[in-house]
Amino acid sequence: MVALSRRAFLASGASLAGGLCLALRLPLAGAAGSTSESALAPNAFVHIASDGAVTLTLHKSEMGQGVHSGLAAILADELDVDLASVRLTMADEDPAYYLAMGMMGTGGSTSIRMSWDALADAAASARAMLVAAAARTWQVEPTACRTAAGKVLGPTGQALGYGELAALAATLPVPEKPPRKPPAEYRYIGKPTPRVDNLAKVTGQAQFGIDVTQPGLLTAVVLRPPQFGAVLESFDATAAQALPGVRKIVAIDSGVGVIADGYWQARRAAQRITVKWRPAALAMDDASIARALDAALEQPGSPARRDGDVDAALKAAGKTLEATYRLPFLAHACLEPMNATAHVRDGQCEIWAPTQGQTRSRDAAAKLLGIPRERVTVHTTYLGGGFGRRFEVDFVLDAVALSRAAGAPVKVIWSREDDLAHDFYRPAAAHRLTAALHEKTPSAWQHRIASPSIQSRLAPDTIKGGIDRTVVEGVRELPYAIPNVAVDCALVETGVPVGYWRSVGSSGNAFVVESFIDELAHAAGEDPLAFRRRLLARQPRHLRVLELAAERAGWGQPLPQGQSRGLAVHMSYGSYVAQVAEVEVADGAPRVRRVVCVIDCGRHVNPDQVVAQMEGGIVYGLTAALYGEVPIAGGSARIGNFDTYPLLRLDRMPRIEVHIVGSQEPPGGTGEPGVPPLAPAVANALFSLTGQRLRSLPLRLPT
Amino acid sequence: MTRVHVNGKTFEVDAEPDKPLLWVLREDLGLTGAKFGCGVGQCLACTVHLDGQPAPACMTPLAAVGARQVTTIEGLPAEGSHPVQRAWMELNVVQCGYCQSGQIMAATALLARTPDPDDAAIDAALRGNLCRCGTYQRIRQAVKRAAVLAREPA
Repeated sequence: MVALSRRAFLASGASLAGGLCLALRLPLAGAAGSTSESALAPNAFVHIASDGAVTLTLHKSEMGQGVHSGLAAILADELDVDLASVRLTMADEDPAYYLAMGMMGTGGSTSIRMSWDALADAAASARAMLVAAAARTWQVEPTACRTAAGKVLGPTGQALGYGELAALAATLPVPEKPPRKPPAEYRYIGKPTPRVDNLAKVTGQAQFGIDVTQPGLLTAVVLRPPQFGAVLESFDATAAQALPGVRKIVAIDSGVGVIADGYWQARRAAQRITVKWRPAALAMDDASIARALDAALEQPGSPARRDGDVDAALKAAGKTLEATYRLPFLAHACLEPMNATAHVRDGQCEIWAPTQGQTRSRDAAAKLLGIPRERVTVHTTYLGGGFGRRFEVDFVLDAVALSRAAGAPVKVIWSREDDLAHDFYRPAAAHRLTAALHEKTPSAWQHRIASPSIQSRLAPDTIKGGIDRTVVEGVRELPYAIPNVAVDCALVETGVPVGYWRSVGSSGNAFVVESFIDELAHAAGEDPLAFRRRLLARQPRHLRVLELAAERAGWGQPLPQGQSRGLAVHMSYGSYVAQVAEVEVADGAPRVRRVVCVIDCGRHVNPDQVVAQMEGGIVYGLTAALYGEVPIAGGSARIGNFDTYPLLRLDRMPRIEVHIVGSQEPPGGTGEPGVPPLAPAVANALFSLTGQRLRSLPLRLPT
Repeated sequence: MTRVHVNGKTFEVDAEPDKPLLWVLREDLGLTGAKFGCGVGQCLACTVHLDGQPAPACMTPLAAVGARQVTTIEGLPAEGSHPVQRAWMELNVVQCGYCQSGQIMAATALLARTPDPDDAAIDAALRGNLCRCGTYQRIRQAVKRAAVLAREPA
C-alpha cells in the first residue's frame, strides 16, 4: 500500500504542458530510471514508468471522504493493475483538472460522480495504448490480446509488463474513445477496499497543512478584529517586538500578523500587542437578526416554485396548519485549524495548503500580489477536515500576505478560537410554512424562507430572479404529491459571513420540511411512515430508502418505556437517504441511542466508504442537532473554544446501522447526504416521545 | 538547553521552559504526528504518553516533562504493526485522520492497562478525544479488535 507521505507532498508534482502530463516527478522511492522518453503518460492522470510503476495524479482534495481511495480503485480497475501497487501523487493546481465546477476544487459531493468517467477514460486510454504496443510487438491483432494485473497477454502465451511496453506505447496515438471494461470484470469497484491513506494516518506520517516545513520557515498568528467588519486603526507592538524569536509584526488585510520562529513565540508575542479597532457600523445580535429574518417572512419573497394555486387551496381548505422554524448559524470546526504556508519571492508565489479550492486560492493569491496566475503554484496537502470551510481562501491569503511582508516562507496557524469565531457560517434562517389538509391529504404547501445568501458572495452569477439555489435547496424539490405548492425565497444580509457547510442548504431545510411533514401526518391522524408512503407513491427512490429504513429499524414495533422513534427522508447531491432515530431523554436532554440509515447513491465505488460517509454525516448532523449554534452579539460570534462549541463525543455516540440500496442509477454524492435527515429524524422522535414539537435547532426540551 | 527523552532517544532542546511539549515535538524535533487542535486540552489531538500515561502535549510545558519518557505516534512501528494500528487499518477507521494520532495513543494507553475493555471503559478512556469526521463507532470496534489482535500469537 502506497500512501501519500510528506515526501509526496513536498515533491513538485506534475509538470504540465498542453494538458499532458509529460514528466511527473515520482515522489516515492523506487522511481529511479523512469524518464519522460520511456514512460507512458497519455493524459494528466496516468503515468506508467519503464519499470512498471503506475502513478495516479490525484486532482481532488482528501479531507476524510476517502476520495483518493475511490479514484485509485477506478484507475486500478480500468487500467487493470493491482490497487495496492498504484502510486499516488497530488496534482498542483492546473486547468487540466477542471473536470467539474469549471475549476480545480473539491465540494458538493461531486468528486467521484463527476470524475468517474473522465478518470476511467484516462486509464482505459493508457490500457488501449499498452495493448496496441504489445500487439505491434507480437504482430497480432489488438483484439487477440488481453490484460491482467499490469501485463498484456498475447494469444499464444506471450506476456509483457506495462513497464516494458510504456516506451513504445508512448509513441502511439491516444485513442479518442477507448474501450471500457465491462463492470463484471471489475476487481475493486463495488467492493470494499482498504483506504489508501490508512498507513500514513495510523503512523503519524500523513502530512497535513499544519505539518508543512520549508527551509527557513517562519510561523505566524494573526490578531483578528473583535467584530465582523471592524477596521484596524493602529497597534502598539513595542513590548511584543522585544520578545525572543519575534521576527516581524505587520498589518495585513485580516488583522495584525505576528511572525516568529515558532507558533508558541508568535502566540505569546500576540498577547503583548495593543490594538485599536474602529468598531463596525453594524453591531448585530441574535435578536436583531431574528427580527430581520421575521420581517422578510412577512413579505412574499422571490418565487422559487409555483404549482397550482396555493392561495385558493388555502382558502378552500377545511384545515390549515402554520408554523415557523428557525435555524442557527453553525461553524465548521474542522479539527485541523485553518492554516497555510506560502513563499513569495522574485515575483513568484508558492503555496502549500490544506485547501478544497485550488483554483480559487491560485487566483486570489495572484490578485493579491498583482502577478499572473502562472507565477503562483498551489500544492495541496491532506486536509484535517474540510466540510466546505476550506473552499474559502482567507487562510491562504493570510499566508501569502505574511510571506510577502517577511520576505521568507511563512506558515500561518489560526488558534481554535480564531477558527470558530472567524468562520463562514452555515446561514441562520427563518422558515414560515402554511399547509392545508383536505381529508387527511395535503392540498397546499406554502413555504417562505428568509436567509442570508451564500452565493451572493461566492457565485453571484448563479443568483437568478432573487433566488439563491442553496437557500431553497431541498425545498424547491419537495417530493411529496401536493397539488398546490409555493416556495418563496427572501435573501437577507445580516453582516455575519456565511459559506458552504456540509450539505449546505439541505443541512437545515431537511429539518424544516421533514418536521412539518411530520406535523401534517399527526394532524391527519396518520402514522408518519404511512403518510409519507402515500405522498411518495410516485417517488420510487425516496420510497425505497424510506421503507427499507423503517423495516430495518423495526418501525411500529414496541420500544422500551421512555424511548421513541422518528424518521426522515431527503434527497441531496443526487443521493436518497432515509434515517430512523431512536431517542430517549436523559437528564432533560435528548439522547440518541440508535440510527438506522439507508442510502441509494446509485452506482458506487467503495461500499465501505459509503458507509463511513453515512456514519460521519450522522455524527456531524447529531452535533448540529444537539449542540450546534453560534450566538451573535455585539457584531461578533460569541464562541471561544470547544467548551462553547461542543462536538459530539464518544460517550454520546449512538449505534449506527447503514444499508446501501443496490442501484444502477448514475452515481450520487455521499459526503453530504448523510447529514440532512438526522435532525428531523431526532426531532420527530422527540415529538413522538414527549409531544413537544421542537421547531428550532439545536433541539432543546423546555424545562 | 533542556534534555527530553522521546521515543527511546534523548534530545537536547533549546526552547523556553514554558513552551508546550506539543510545539517542542513539532517544531524542535520535527515530530508532527501529535496535532494541534485546540491548545487547551479539549480535543486531545495532541495526545502523547508520558511514562505510558496519556497526556495532552499542548498543556504540558517542556519544564514539566522532566525525566519522563515521551512516546508519540512516531514511537509506534512505522510499518503499522502494532495491534492498534492493525485494527485501525483493518476497520478503515480513519477519515481525515487529523485526530487519529491522538485516538491511537489514547487507545494504546488504555489497552496497556486494560487488555479487554468494554464499551464503558473505552468511552471513559477516549471521550476526551474529539473526532469531527465522526469515526467514533469504528474507534470503539477497533479498540476491541486490537484487544483481540494483541492476544493472538504473532
